[in-house]
Amino acid sequence: MGLRSHPLPITMLLKLEGITKRFGSLVANDHIDLEIRQGEIHALLGENGAGKSTLMNILYGLYTPDEGRIFWKGKEVKIRNPRHAIDLGIGMVHQHFMLIPVFTVAENITLGKEVTRNRFLDMNEARKRVEELSQRFGLEVNPDDRIESISVGQQQRVEILKALYRGAELLILDEPTAVLTPQEVEELGKIMKRLVAQGHTIIIITHKLKEVLHLADRVTVIRRGKKIATLDAAGQTEAELARLMVGRDVILTVDKEPAKPGKVVLEVKNLHAKNDRGVEAVRDVSFTVRAGEIVGIAGVDGNGQSELIACLTGLRKPTSGTVTVNGQDVTGQSPRRIRDAGVGHIPEDRQKRGLVLNFTVAENAALGDHRAFARRGWLSYQRMVDKAKEIISGFDVRPPRHDYLARSLSGGNQQKVIVGREILRNPDLMIAVQPTRGLDVGAIEFIHRNLVSERDAGRAILLVSLELDEIMNLADRILVMYKGQIVAEVPGHEATEEGLGLLMMGGSASA
Amino acid sequence: MPDQSKWKAGLRAIGIPVLATIVGLLVGILCILIAGKDPVLAAKAFYRAVAGEPRMFGNVLVSTIPLIFTGLAVAFAYRAGLFNIGVEGQYLMAQIATVVVGVWWTPPQGFEWLHPIFALGAGAVAGAIWGGIVGLLKAWKGVHEVINSIMMNWIALFLADWLLKAYLRPDNSRAASYDLQQTAWLSQGLIEGSRLHTGIWIALGTAVVVWIILFKTPLGYEIRAVGHSPGAAEYGGISVARALIITMAISGAIAGMAGSVQTMGLNHRFNETTALLGYGFDGIAVALVGRLHPVGVVLAALLFGALQASSGLMQAMAGVPKAVVSIVQAAVIFFVAAEGLWSFLQRRRAKKEVTPA
Ligand SMILES: Nc1ncnc2c1ncn2[C@@H]1O[C@H](COP(=O)(O)OP(=O)(O)OP(=O)(O)O)[C@@H](O)[C@H]1O
Ligand SMILES: [Mg+2]
Repeated sequence: MGLRSHPLPITMLLKLEGITKRFGSLVANDHIDLEIRQGEIHALLGENGAGKSTLMNILYGLYTPDEGRIFWKGKEVKIRNPRHAIDLGIGMVHQHFMLIPVFTVAENITLGKEVTRNRFLDMNEARKRVEELSQRFGLEVNPDDRIESISVGQQQRVEILKALYRGAELLILDEPTAVLTPQEVEELGKIMKRLVAQGHTIIIITHKLKEVLHLADRVTVIRRGKKIATLDAAGQTEAELARLMVGRDVILTVDKEPAKPGKVVLEVKNLHAKNDRGVEAVRDVSFTVRAGEIVGIAGVDGNGQSELIACLTGLRKPTSGTVTVNGQDVTGQSPRRIRDAGVGHIPEDRQKRGLVLNFTVAENAALGDHRAFARRGWLSYQRMVDKAKEIISGFDVRPPRHDYLARSLSGGNQQKVIVGREILRNPDLMIAVQPTRGLDVGAIEFIHRNLVSERDAGRAILLVSLELDEIMNLADRILVMYKGQIVAEVPGHEATEEGLGLLMMGGSASA
Repeated sequence: MPDQSKWKAGLRAIGIPVLATIVGLLVGILCILIAGKDPVLAAKAFYRAVAGEPRMFGNVLVSTIPLIFTGLAVAFAYRAGLFNIGVEGQYLMAQIATVVVGVWWTPPQGFEWLHPIFALGAGAVAGAIWGGIVGLLKAWKGVHEVINSIMMNWIALFLADWLLKAYLRPDNSRAASYDLQQTAWLSQGLIEGSRLHTGIWIALGTAVVVWIILFKTPLGYEIRAVGHSPGAAEYGGISVARALIITMAISGAIAGMAGSVQTMGLNHRFNETTALLGYGFDGIAVALVGRLHPVGVVLAALLFGALQASSGLMQAMAGVPKAVVSIVQAAVIFFVAAEGLWSFLQRRRAKKEVTPA
């Protein structure tokens, strides 16, 4: 007997009327009306740059709308700042984390609502509460870890816990699952259902349509700043939602020919590496990637993938073992040397690594080989602009402006700039970590096709993703990483979600 | 035009310092009133000291020259995210090097023009070494640049003092080094009756060079990338360590030129120095008010130079205590640094505009 079988009166928790937000001449939100019912899970869908984050930032008091009105529990409110939003009972987990890197997990979660005893911080108590909270919601974190030393996935969990800790009635989740593993996503789904059953309300922004259908009660689709429709989730299909978002039919699976692997491009032998805490995180890893194939690395976040990739790209020194690219030993070399050896890298953390946020798109187009943008020793802005234009038109970056600061692009468009830059560099080996993180279905389709055609053009591609669908769709061979080791190799066409899932949890293939 | 169009950003970059200057001057007027003096008379004195006669303006420029260099030095380092608080030490070491070359090296006949170049070069190199050490320690051992540049200041102070007393002066009745040979002097008399020397051209030239390095060369790209995001710079194949060392060395060289030009253009010797005189802090102020941009630095240096040069006359003519000038400077710095306050006000204004909607 669910609550919902009773004909309860539907109460409106939140109502937006004609919300408009402009950034200069760009209209990010164009007269958006939206109603959120008490106790529902409401999904917000839309292409990259459609204006979803902007709308939610308005709700959270980060931006002031240029026009429009907000009603909270029937009363008109002007949300002045996040503190005000929190006081009203609105919590938000941002697309890009807002954690303090040098603080511990517990400190970050309790920040702004610290646990004190006799006016002093009581960290023991805070730690205990965080542990309790993390157990109650099944989001595993270690309260004493420093944020800078944990993976993006773990940081995401901390963000969610932080909002829960502040006791939000309305929880806004801006792409909370982009970096979670399927198991964690499922777990989060359960948490959300539980929260809703307890009377909370949730707005979730996501690009994963399956999730939407699975979790949400209602769906609102935004396209280019305008609201297209609000629908009941029941009875919708992925394809239909995709069409509403993008305005055309989207092909959700990738067609590809069997791989024709050529010579070995990347060879990793007996690699060992430590993580930031000095614990061995990569243990005796050996594998190869050949020209013309896509090798996927699957695994639960935090099983050594990040450290392995850091070793391959020069961002971390391995403790032993060798890395060879095109027959050239690049073990422990600088990122510069490794790039010069023909390696492209789509990094896990686009804001910390992939872009200089305070540079323009044009300046970012040169990141990685800016010296090639010099002409007789002078930096050529014209070349950077040309490259940026190539990326913008090739990868549909919106708005199409090379003079925009990377900071003011939407998350998905930032990702497109990075992916475009790395692909256009034509590397022999492409190391792609979560290449479609935060992209909309249309853009994912496009990037996937691109990676496959890169493969067919004879490039070697190493794909790391927490997204099993992505790995199974693209990879010709799948390596499963568990506790720092490669525990299995599965041919792409033989992989099943269940089989991989088991292997990723440390089970055996025969099970 | 988008929010962050160049125009708007530029307008804002200029607007804040100008506003801060106006507010700072208002604060100054208030102080003068509180001190019971006549602000109109003070303003007249200020005007006379700055633009009363050409030679007065010349003296303003004389005060401006070292400020341009020290401001540029601080601003340059800041672009890589480094806080060069060691300008003073770099300045002193450069003066010593300039004295050595200026006193003991005699250019061959017909090559006298080489003398100032070498003396200046020696100073720049000394400053670069002094600053480079700071960068090296930061890049290699992670020692925070503020801590070790402060220590380098003290080392420089006592090292210079010892060198002066042990080697650079004829006997201990003299509180200064030997005089530089005349060939190493920068010529004065750009403006009749003032001590303005050709160092002004060197200072302005350096501002242009700094601008070029920062915005027109791959090195500048690296420095700015490191300053904005060391993580992304490292990802992009930029050696963060190398960038830090080079930046500090260049910043030190610029700071050093301040000392050398002062020696070659004005003092013609190294005067006994027993305390840190605050050139470095002036540099920080100028860099801040100039918003870390070479053009801004030049303008801010001019403002501070004018204030410094006029304080004497304001005291003599209007009885304004010299401290008022310091208060005005401090107020300007405060209002520029309080950018948070500014954006806070802007946000409030934005809200007000929305409210009636
Ligand atoms: N501070 C800003 N200054 C200028 N433009 C901005 C700013 N913030 C966002 N924009 C622009 O507003 C539009 C909407 O951005 P928003 O971040 O809301 O998109 P989104 O729907 O969340 O996309 P994504 O799925 O990629 O995260 C984009 O075109 C973006 O470039
Ligand atoms: Mg977004």
